[in-house]
Amino acid sequence: MCQENRTGRVHCMIVSNEPLAEDVRELVFESPAMADEARPGQFVNLYCRHQGQLLPRPISICEIDRAGGRLHLVYACRGKGTREFADYRPGERVEVMGPLGNGFSLDAAGPENLVIGGGVGTPPLLELCKRLTGRTTIAVSFRSAPYLIDRLERCGEVLVATRDGSAGVRGNAMKIVEDRGLTGNIFACGPTPMLAAVQAYAARRDLPAQLSLEERMGCGFGCCVGCVTKVRDASEAGFSYRKVCKDGPVFAAGEVIFS
Amino acid sequence: MNLGVNIAGVELKNPIMTASGTFGSGKDFAPYVDLNRIGCVVVKGVASTPWPGNRPPRIAEAYGGIINAVGLQNPGVDAFCQDDIPFLRGFDTRIAVNIAGRTIDEYVEVAERLATADVDLLELNISCPNVKEGGVAFGVDPAMAEAVTRAVKAVAGQPLIVKLSPNVTDIAAIARAAERGGADAVSLINTLLGARIDVRRRAFVLSTKQGGLSGPAVKPVAVRMVYEVARAVDLPVIGMGGIMTGEDAAEFLMAGANAVAVGTANLLNPTATMDILDGLVAFMEETGVDDVNDLVGVVE
Ligand SMILES: Cc1cc2nc3c(=O)[nH]c(=O)nc-3n(C[C@H](O)[C@H](O)[C@H](O)COP(=O)(O)OP(=O)(O)OC[C@H]3O[C@@H](n4cnc5c(N)ncnc54)[C@H](O)[C@@H]3O)c2cc1C
Ligand SMILES: Cc1cc2nc3c(=O)[nH]c(=O)nc-3n(C[C@H](O)[C@H](O)[C@H](O)COP(=O)(O)O)c2cc1C
Ligand code: FES
Repeated sequence: MCQENRTGRVHCMIVSNEPLAEDVRELVFESPAMADEARPGQFVNLYCRHQGQLLPRPISICEIDRAGGRLHLVYACRGKGTREFADYRPGERVEVMGPLGNGFSLDAAGPENLVIGGGVGTPPLLELCKRLTGRTTIAVSFRSAPYLIDRLERCGEVLVATRDGSAGVRGNAMKIVEDRGLTGNIFACGPTPMLAAVQAYAARRDLPAQLSLEERMGCGFGCCVGCVTKVRDASEAGFSYRKVCKDGPVFAAGEVIFS
Repeated sequence: MNLGVNIAGVELKNPIMTASGTFGSGKDFAPYVDLNRIGCVVVKGVASTPWPGNRPPRIAEAYGGIINAVGLQNPGVDAFCQDDIPFLRGFDTRIAVNIAGRTIDEYVEVAERLATADVDLLELNISCPNVKEGGVAFGVDPAMAEAVTRAVKAVAGQPLIVKLSPNVTDIAAIARAAERGGADAVSLINTLLGARIDVRRRAFVLSTKQGGLSGPAVKPVAVRMVYEVARAVDLPVIGMGGIMTGEDAAEFLMAGANAVAVGTANLLNPTATMDILDGLVAFMEETGVDDVNDLVGVVE
């Protein structure tokens, strides 16, 4: 049987783990093998040292530094696991598996691209933005202080919104998109209500769109069927549950059923 | 060193099996492990027709374990026979098919369909709710457990393992009922019912409110139950529940299991089966054990 061989969990050296904003950090770690293989829109599993918290924390790849053999992740410090990661220091190791998932399809990119990100849904779009050719408009929203803007600005025009109005437009990224009637091939990642709005907008304007979804995961590599989302199909029920970790996390907007 | 074990007349090259629902039918693991080194692959539960499974969220973390509410999503026995059996037969390992059903007739239908299929063992998951008896799990009532075992055994083309539910007051009584019904072996434990509440959202984490707890958190319960069942019946016993290391596997063997299954550990680490097998071999070397069968039931 011809099978691609993969390594499972590996301990990777941490290069840096610095705050980007309140409760948001950028973790850079060394893994030439992962940096070689990774594509924009894929994610990795991070594992906690605390043996009470056994489940993987899926975190998207923010930047791929192939030459340096490093991956950059940006994560929000929310619960027990991500707060544990926040204490990791350079020179220590973090346990990682990946890259996982399908990633964005760059074949879909056109002369005009519209990238839409909300909160920690923005970092997973950075590597994609770096690789898009053509004219790229990037609409992103944050709870409060924006981050990664300088890096995004090297890839296209960046339009910012904040929920508290402290920078840019008050509201979320979809408000910018709607107000300006922006068009292009859409790539989006963010909270589910925002993705549902992107889906509706893309359908109304007949724009191709790819959405990167989030769901709670048991394994991250396809074996437990824990991480499903409803996808339209020809069955009697009109949908089936597909795995976010393996069939996604990126889905064509038209096939996803938000309910 | 001998690692071979015999379960109801079927020779396994080693006592490491996979626990149903945590290994798919092995395809997702083939890039990480050599499936030829696994004693027996127990595939995810299959039903007579495709089951859609539960709405998400299906997974919650619990201290030292996980709670799942996958709801036995599966493509049905026909798709299984077409896709999964030919894949697994490409490897030198045994195949056990885990059967799910909502009525005795549904279980029987799957076993009939598999009677002529190229698989080595059947495993009857009696933790499923019986829709004709108000959704009570078959496995919590000795009479129902015996009846479903007898009906499936009557049509089975392979030796029948009955997989016991731990959500009972007297698991030995259910094991004896399965034995009366004609079971060739028993396996245990399935998941323990549990729930998690997100206190910030004031809501259950899982869409189904409750789900099945598994992983290291359940291991002491599982070891106790394997010990009780091994003494209660004259059948081979397959032990599982939170096995993460070779020494955990040895613990189940010592409690009376003839083979062990690795479940949640597969989700957490795709090479878990290999690590546990290597760990068991290292433990045997270290403690001077030549035959893995010599570990079985050594505690009084
Ligand atoms: C494909 C994918 C990519 C992601 N990319 C990023 C990213 O780049 N940056 C980022 O900050 N976050 C990302 N997330 C969300 C991130 O996984 C969760 O915030 C994180 O797992 C929470 O862990 P915790 O220890 O803080 O929370 P806890 O509450 O302690 O977590 C308990 C369990 O619930 C799971 N969980 C909790 N919240 C979520 C959630 N929103 N999504 C999925 N699982 C959750 C955890 O993984 C863990 O198993 C992504 C999620 C997915 C599915
Ligand atoms: C995600 C998941 C899916 C499962 N699916 C099945 C199943 O289809 N049939 C079954 O009999 N048991 C199923 N189980 C139970 C396991 O096979 C096993 O009995 C239980 O998890 C205890 O072992 P563990 O702690 O090593 O996981 C499932 C468990 C998990 C975690
Ligand atoms: S998380 Fe296990 S299948 Fe996706």
